[in-house]
Amino acid sequence: MSDKGMNLTLRIWRQKDSNSKGQMVDYKVTEISEHMSFLEMMDVLNEQLIAQGEEPVAFDHDCREGICGMCSMYINGEAHGPDRGVTTCQLHMRMFNDGDTITIEPFRAAAFPVIKDLVVDRTSFDRIQHAGGYISVNTSGNTQDANALPISKHAADEAMDAATCIGCGACVATCKNSSAMLFVGAKVSQYALLPQGQVEAADRVKNMVAQMDLEGFGNCTNTGACEIECPKGISLENIARMNRELMKASVS
Amino acid sequence: MALNSKVPKGPIKDKWTTYKDKINLVNPANKRLIDVIVVGTGLAGGSAAATLAELGYNVKAFCYQDSPRRAHSIAAQGGINAAKNYQGDGDSTYRLFYDTVKGGDYRSREANVYRLAEVSANIIDQCVAQGVPFARDYGGLLDNRSFGGVLVSRTFYAKGQTGQQLLLGAYSAMNRQIARGKIEMFNRHEMLDVVKIDGKARGIIARNLITGEIERHSAHAVVIASGGYGNVYFLSTNAMGSNATAAWKIHKKGAYFANPCYTQIHPTCIPRSGDYQSKLTLMSESLRNDGRIWVPKHMDDVIAIREGKKKPTDLSEDERDYYLERRYPAFGNLVPRDVASRAAKERCDAGYGVNATGEAVYLDFASAIQRYGKEQAKIHNIENPSAQKIYDLGKAIVEAKYGNLFQMYEKIVDENPYETPMMIYPATHYTMGGVWVDYNLMTTVDGLYCIGEANFSDHGANRLGASALMQGLADGYFVLPYTIGDYLANEIRTGQIPTDTPEFDEAEKEVKDRIDFFINNEGEHSVDYYHKKLGQIMWDKCGMARNEQGLKEAMSEIKALREDFWKNVKVPGNANEMNPELEKAGRVADFLELGELFAKDALNRNESCGGHFREESVELDGEQKGEAKRNDEAFTYVAAWEYKGEPADAVLHKEELEFNDIELKQRSYK
Repeated sequence: MSDKGMNLTLRIWRQKDSNSKGQMVDYKVTEISEHMSFLEMMDVLNEQLIAQGEEPVAFDHDCREGICGMCSMYINGEAHGPDRGVTTCQLHMRMFNDGDTITIEPFRAAAFPVIKDLVVDRTSFDRIQHAGGYISVNTSGNTQDANALPISKHAADEAMDAATCIGCGACVATCKNSSAMLFVGAKVSQYALLPQGQVEAADRVKNMVAQMDLEGFGNCTNTGACEIECPKGISLENIARMNRELMKASVS
Repeated sequence: MALNSKVPKGPIKDKWTTYKDKINLVNPANKRLIDVIVVGTGLAGGSAAATLAELGYNVKAFCYQDSPRRAHSIAAQGGINAAKNYQGDGDSTYRLFYDTVKGGDYRSREANVYRLAEVSANIIDQCVAQGVPFARDYGGLLDNRSFGGVLVSRTFYAKGQTGQQLLLGAYSAMNRQIARGKIEMFNRHEMLDVVKIDGKARGIIARNLITGEIERHSAHAVVIASGGYGNVYFLSTNAMGSNATAAWKIHKKGAYFANPCYTQIHPTCIPRSGDYQSKLTLMSESLRNDGRIWVPKHMDDVIAIREGKKKPTDLSEDERDYYLERRYPAFGNLVPRDVASRAAKERCDAGYGVNATGEAVYLDFASAIQRYGKEQAKIHNIENPSAQKIYDLGKAIVEAKYGNLFQMYEKIVDENPYETPMMIYPATHYTMGGVWVDYNLMTTVDGLYCIGEANFSDHGANRLGASALMQGLADGYFVLPYTIGDYLANEIRTGQIPTDTPEFDEAEKEVKDRIDFFINNEGEHSVDYYHKKLGQIMWDKCGMARNEQGLKEAMSEIKALREDFWKNVKVPGNANEMNPELEKAGRVADFLELGELFAKDALNRNESCGGHFREESVELDGEQKGEAKRNDEAFTYVAAWEYKGEPADAVLHKEELEFNDIELKQRSYK
């Protein structure tokens, strides 16, 4: 790589709206610094397109620090690109080489229809949460004292590990079946591990799984690809726990 | 119009309780007849929407993101304060109140802050009941950590993702109400104006960001919870989409805007690496519990480090200047944010910055790793542990506490902070200023409320760490749901508000005209071109240190930039489709006005207080030499600005601040 940075070819999915057909289009960018984030490289491309009078590439992004879960690119065949434990916004250009051709697609799944270019509709995730992703407690503040019910550190830590899911959908985009079981498993697990979640546990898991199926997500065949691509390292154990919870709820 | 803060009479300890006992209530059947719009779904908006819906109101909630769960509260890292005194270290409602008023440099409203401290403990109870997985100790009880500017441990946390967990809690409460049909959720919608009828807020104009459709929504009250205006600096720790448009639009329709110059520049952020930089990343203040901040003592070491001839770990203890511990022995690395930021700037301005740009200091965990390692060796009964063993044990503890932050740092900077100190520099983070509200959180427009970071109320001139989450949730869960009832009690006979009225016609036309202008103006420069220029003016002249000349220049430069923007801005694409550039254009147009009012406010406030540092107002001698100097005689007021067309013509209204329960003192952290 020269001091001036990398010259790259970007092969990007362009699609005007949900009703139009899309296609891959090639663009060139030059002098890309290895310290740039991937999205800053996309900013450079878009400024270039605006200057040329072309329409910039639409992509979802917001916090740009790996926590909001908005960014969602499928880069060179991997959700959030070649690095591990990162979202697209945390991916840096040092992972690429001068002269590379980078293929950039939206997260693809029947339950994530494309809205425009790289932007997809993930409201199916919200609807799964509406079906039971909560504890039915009013926000009056008149609950018992927070320390009245001790929770073992182990359970609290495990619940926290499940709760760190950012709802980006990388698990779905990665899965050959477009399954959302890692996402749903994480939410079911967070509550299943805490005493507060016990009261509604059976209904919760049944309703969330039913909604997941209704949305058109596929089933799990245990390839484990989701766990590898998950930017937050959500463990497959959560899927197993969800299955146990569902089994429990179905027989009792 | 004279400002009336509507603070209830009586002793500060009883104000809120007595007030709640006497305000009007709406009976459950009538609540079903009343609509409330909530704009923004962060901690304040999300908790307010959920609570109002639970109470029985029909809520319409709006966010520009694809899901309410993504609002930027999600990025808050370190924790949330609450006066629980679980540690038995002397905490109390009064002490949290006192710390917040003092931390805010005596520029906040006493009664609001006391109420905040009072309801803080309920927040923790509430969140635990919702299933928020706060950190716990081995006995199963909740753990606490310390934050800057206080001498107790009152901060509750969920690793370095406290904001995420609290927001997911509020989001889950919203989901329950969305499922019941009590919240109608509008994702990917942006509010572009408020509609007033007979002086009352009665609805909003919003753009569907997917189809570009302009929509009318009516309600009996409108709540703005759209966050702060930190992105006026272009570079900040805010999300890319964070914007001031909702707050600014209501300002233009009659809501006063208070203390815009009070902005928090957070001391521990990852320094910028180049011109392409699009945002800055915070490293949580919680790191200052264990990290020590330093620069080299000697200039030749600084030069050697910059040239790559030396590494920071090559420097011995006595070659390092732990400047916060040196200057502020009582609080050390845990001084408030404004003080820590200025101290970093002072060292870097003096030439001691440790990276290529000269704008970075070290945050070092080596001694914490040692300390924890030795403690762990004792706990595990390891006799004569090797240096490596101590390091490994200590590293494991640091990793458990801050692992995700360290990982985040390594991904961005490509250096391992367990082995070499982090490099940090201050960056714009939070805005204490915002829409003026009274004790009820109502703006100067009837039926128009403003909560969370978007309002000005609780943090004075400087916010303490872990208090933003506290305020957002306090406003949304426990304050607004009461105070808004007092207003809505008079609306039970109003009936549904129609949207086919001249007021809606006019507001919609204004919005459409502006969008058409952007689409049809075949200018030269992109929106970002203007945003970056504005950011540079703000950072250079309205940043960590301000003076009269710079502020006057800022005002005229921003005005000129704004005029150029309205001639030469270029927005590609169409109005009736998803168009991110069009969204940005509207937001930057508003920042270009807000920035000028910001400079005007900073110019007016010829004193140094909290995050607002005027070079003309410093202590000249004594122990506090060089520290910020407040001027209580002339400036113990809230500056609330009334819109009059050009930002430069805004009219100042003063809310005098009374301190009956706290004595005004110079803040000393020495």
